[in-house]
Amino acid sequence: MGPVIKIKDLRAYFKTPKGLAKAVDGVSFEIPKGGTFALVGESGCGKSVTALSIIQLVPEPAGYIAGGEIVLNGRDIVPLDEREKRGIRGNKISMIFQEPMTSLNPVFTIGDQLMETIVLHQAKRKGAARKAAIEMLAKVHLPEPERLFDEYPHRLSGGQRQRVMIAMALACKPDLLIADEPTTALDVTIQEEILRLIKEMKESTGTAVLLITHNMALVYRNADMVGVMYAGKLVEAAPTQELFRNPMHPYTIKLLRSIPGQEKRGKALDTIPGAVPSAVSYPAGCHFSGRCPREMEGCASIEPPLVERAEGHSVACHLHDPGFMNKPHSKPLRQEPDALPPLAVPPSERETILEVRGLKTWYPIRKGVLKRTVGHVKAVDGIDLSIKKGSTLALVGESGCGKTTAGKSIIQLIKPTNGEVLYKGADIATLGERRLKPFRSALQIIFQDPYSSLNPRLTVRETIEEGLRAVKPGMGKEERAEKVRSVLERVGLGPEAMSRYPHEFSGGQRQRIGIARALAVDPEFIVCDEAVSALDVSVQAQILNLLKSIQRDFGLSFLFITHDLGVVEYIADEVAVMHDGRIVERGTTADIFSAPKHDYTKKLLSAVPKIDSRLADLWHLPGLGAVK
Amino acid sequence: MPVILATDFIVFFLAGAIVYFAIAVRKDGAAASAWREIRKNRLAMACLAVLALYFSVALLDSIRYRDPVLREDGVQARTEKGEAIYSAQSLSLLDRAFEGMRANHEKTYSAPFAKHLFVKENVELPDGTTGREYAPLKHPGAHWLGTDKVGDDVLFNAMKGVRTAVVIGAGTTLIIVPFAIFFGVVAGYFGGVLDDIVQYIYTTLASIPGVLLIVAFMLLFGTSGYQGGLISEGRLSLGVFVWNDRLFWLALILGITSWTDLCRLIRGETLKLRELEYVQASRAFGVSRPGIIYRHIVPNVMHLVLITFVLQFSALVLAEAILSYIGIGVGPQMGSWGNMINNSRLELSMDPVVWWNLTASFIFMFGLVLPANIFGDAVRDALDPRLRYR
Amino acid sequence: MLSYIIRRILYAVPIIIGVNVLTALLFFYVNTPDDMARQVLGEKNVTPAAIENWKRDHGYDLPAFVNTEEPGIKKVTETVFFQKSVPLLWFDFGRSDRNNIDIGQEIRTRMWASLAISVPTFIAAVSVNLFFAMMLAYYRATYIDIWGVVLAVILMSISSLFYIIGGQFILGKLLKLFPISGYDAGLHSIKFLVLPIIIGIIAAIGGGVRFYRTVFLEEINKDYVRTARAKGLTEGRVLFKHALKNAMIPVLTNVVVSIPFLFTGSLILETFFAIPGLGSFTINAIHSQDFAIVRSMVYLGSILYIIGLIMTDISYTLVDPRVRFE
Repeated sequence: MGPVIKIKDLRAYFKTPKGLAKAVDGVSFEIPKGGTFALVGESGCGKSVTALSIIQLVPEPAGYIAGGEIVLNGRDIVPLDEREKRGIRGNKISMIFQEPMTSLNPVFTIGDQLMETIVLHQAKRKGAARKAAIEMLAKVHLPEPERLFDEYPHRLSGGQRQRVMIAMALACKPDLLIADEPTTALDVTIQEEILRLIKEMKESTGTAVLLITHNMALVYRNADMVGVMYAGKLVEAAPTQELFRNPMHPYTIKLLRSIPGQEKRGKALDTIPGAVPSAVSYPAGCHFSGRCPREMEGCASIEPPLVERAEGHSVACHLHDPGFMNKPHSKPLRQEPDALPPLAVPPSERETILEVRGLKTWYPIRKGVLKRTVGHVKAVDGIDLSIKKGSTLALVGESGCGKTTAGKSIIQLIKPTNGEVLYKGADIATLGERRLKPFRSALQIIFQDPYSSLNPRLTVRETIEEGLRAVKPGMGKEERAEKVRSVLERVGLGPEAMSRYPHEFSGGQRQRIGIARALAVDPEFIVCDEAVSALDVSVQAQILNLLKSIQRDFGLSFLFITHDLGVVEYIADEVAVMHDGRIVERGTTADIFSAPKHDYTKKLLSAVPKIDSRLADLWHLPGLGAVK
Repeated sequence: MPVILATDFIVFFLAGAIVYFAIAVRKDGAAASAWREIRKNRLAMACLAVLALYFSVALLDSIRYRDPVLREDGVQARTEKGEAIYSAQSLSLLDRAFEGMRANHEKTYSAPFAKHLFVKENVELPDGTTGREYAPLKHPGAHWLGTDKVGDDVLFNAMKGVRTAVVIGAGTTLIIVPFAIFFGVVAGYFGGVLDDIVQYIYTTLASIPGVLLIVAFMLLFGTSGYQGGLISEGRLSLGVFVWNDRLFWLALILGITSWTDLCRLIRGETLKLRELEYVQASRAFGVSRPGIIYRHIVPNVMHLVLITFVLQFSALVLAEAILSYIGIGVGPQMGSWGNMINNSRLELSMDPVVWWNLTASFIFMFGLVLPANIFGDAVRDALDPRLRYR
Repeated sequence: MLSYIIRRILYAVPIIIGVNVLTALLFFYVNTPDDMARQVLGEKNVTPAAIENWKRDHGYDLPAFVNTEEPGIKKVTETVFFQKSVPLLWFDFGRSDRNNIDIGQEIRTRMWASLAISVPTFIAAVSVNLFFAMMLAYYRATYIDIWGVVLAVILMSISSLFYIIGGQFILGKLLKLFPISGYDAGLHSIKFLVLPIIIGIIAAIGGGVRFYRTVFLEEINKDYVRTARAKGLTEGRVLFKHALKNAMIPVLTNVVVSIPFLFTGSLILETFFAIPGLGSFTINAIHSQDFAIVRSMVYLGSILYIIGLIMTDISYTLVDPRVRFE
């Protein structure tokens, strides 16, 4: 049986003031009926534009399809006119998006929006369409479909809205469902349910699925085939098991080795130097040249073809192209070592630096004409924690469980309602701002969003100096500048960064500046509030390596607030699991992950997709002359 | 002897602000990138050039001094006590630069570039009899835009309206900016009772329709004060400075009716900024609240001030014309396009039509408001493409 | 929902009181009745006796806020504030200073003339603006859009005075399509109303189209619009069904708040066209320095604005289900 959809050398370009951005610059793959093809890559690699191109929704007039074919059931749909394309959209090809909260129209009911598709493509009467719509709502396991039919989107949770989106997408039994990061905005337990639903729906309708994601572990568990994208190009494609057992492209290998996990504890994560080239100025040859650990002389100028190296496994890399390797331009330029340096384990001092007892942070709920307090949101409802010097405690939980409020309450950014926070034995929860001042330098915080965590109007130097001025007012000007220089160097930025403004830096660099800001005042305890969650996995690896090394060098203690259990397994010594404002389970990382006791912990752990940890041993950079 | 009106400070301050921005743009990252964005827009830059021309006229018209009165022998006249006597009239650099236009009066209407008056009058003919003729002008061809009913040069009148428009357009916002920032930031950052009070004040003030509030104010205060023309000795003249300047009152009152929008915007922005992570990072260092407001809040609401400033400019220029037309704007002697329109209203019903007075005020107003609108859009797009301004 | 509306209305009470006190301060304290008398009587022939006479005739001969000479409650009631300002709270406007006419009666008769112009102008202007704005949004980033915006900016850069004078001159005087100004009762008024209505629409079109266009474009970039397109809907349906209903939310803030002001009409339109509405009533009062009328109109305007705000909030609940259920 032929493939449902076949993409051939697809190119989608955007006209921008800086030049032509080649967002998608040559992508080819196909998906058989009932198959799931996952397109993975870091942000900006062109995977979402590929999806929009397939459904013919590249944002016009700036963007356009510059070349290639999209063959649906044997017919190229690129040259079709707009009317015919509309007949395909939502009918033969449908799509669900990343943000379920904003993807539904807030002013129409669920039923209205669902029926719209059915009436449009199946020419059903209102009554029949209503019946079909309610059936679809039942099929995606939404409770009380009859009632939900008349509800407005804002009454539904994110997971429920994504179910509605799936119902809408599958109402016309399409040949292809494109799921663009369908679970990224959702909590991990909901994520698992949505993925299971997509799988179930796929099996019952036989639709092919194009899954777009940045999450390798999710791909491992949910796809039949994987394509890896980098800088607008498909660099490697293979059946899932084959790709994870035998990754060939240096980028794929580096990417896999930068994913944090239990098996990498005590070792540094792999990182990729430099940054993804801008879509307006790709290298003429391999787009990965310049960053590749195995770059050869001809890589930057000669484009590597996508070559099939094993059954269904193709790769676009000169290392795997026998024709290229025989020529003189295969002389190596760079030859990074394959093994990664181990991270020294910090000495096991086990003195408790910070202890939290019965911490509560409540917010009043006001209602009625007079806005009386009728109850409280118990964001943090009596938690106990203790953190040892030089160690990392991870506070994990899903969104809204109160973990961020807890972190901020501990360092007194939010005044807790009740409870004790003992820093080296002194209770700081009861202190006013003035008496708190001596403790401010010891307790610091690093934030999630690298964009809103730096004031755009201050230079890097001013940003870092602000803390020094506040906690060490006696410090001289020269001394302060020297301190700024040294912390910047410590986080891997040169002194030239001092006079520059935040917008001149990438997300990862901004996160380094945020770390330098906290580090400048010589803290002993740092709250890392989702500090690596907004970063791409290869950048995240750099920041995790950096955090590990400053922890070792300065004997820092971290309270690592995160929802990412892979990061926890890699970095944390102890774990506290938070749910509805309370800590449901505490213990060492090994204990919690190997033998969770509380039901919620078990549910959380089983929902997280994981790559088989034994596979990590197979991920090695190819030696030179591997292919001859 | 120099004479400085209250509104002159507005013009001088504006000149200072322009210089300050020119310097700031060189060093600040955010401002500099916004400026680069604007500079790419050629239309906006052309508009800026036009605005600069208008502003220089206003600036020239704001530097004025009184000439000493000379005795017949050319020595400066003095009072008995030996104080120098100055002419009651203070002339600006603009007046002096266009002395010809200012002083060349005709009897009444004359069309642009005309050599004769527009209406017939009794003239003594060469043969000694009297007939009705189009009398020749005293300054034939000198009036590019003609003369008005009392024989003043229309082009010069229109130029005198520039300063009024610039003062109202720019001064109004400048006067209220400190209040709007103070109240907006205080309400947004501290919240609670302070927020309630500030919100109550601006909702109450905003409830009174702007134009009616202006009417009330101008009826009550606007009848006194410097209204343009001569500075008479005595009531108004305090030596060098003239504080009681009706134009200043008008700008102030227009400001009182328009500060609430800016205050609301700043309050909203402060509410957002307060929760931002860099503010929290600052709090984690124990930086004081005034310190945070000074370093993090105020600089990050300034773009709203700038956007409001450029977007309100044209609206205020248009408003001034209407108020002057209604008779509650600047005084009748002050150069103002609203006054010109008011005077020319009946001229359209004359036969043949006297069109140049209206046309001149139209061209001058349009020539200021259109570039201001276009440049304002460019500034808004560069500073905050997502801000929806109502 | 009901408690929300009640709270909104209760919230208006202190603001109404604030407005009342503020206007009283302005008219009785900052500018005392003595000043008023002097302004009305003219600077030249003013004698203390004439001022006292004028004040007594017009009821301004009491202390402004506190009457120390009277006992008990009369300390408060026997004041200019209580006699002149407090009755405004129940819409008792009193009598004018100049001609001693009943202001309330005058408002009730004159508002019909104002409404005759303002209602058709308002409805037509909003529809025309929405229509053109949607057209520009539909043809966004094409030449139609670019030139449409340019035209809108040009139109909004022209003072409404020129629209009125130009309209009267071209359509009234040169083409003789309509009478230049005037008013008549009943259906005969139509021929007088067409010109001011046309001019009212044209004067509002530039700013209106530009604002609504921005609102539409903002909606067009939202995620739900992409979902609607992914369903296979036509661009027209995406715009006119999905985006329009959402865009109505910001449009309402802009539009509903001005509905109450339809009663007071337009100051300059009515003066130019000699329409005996509330706008020209106010202008005449300004010119004759009739403080009682100006004070009444200031107060009435404020009340209408507050009503407009409440109406805006209520209209939100009709359009936006997120507000309706909270």
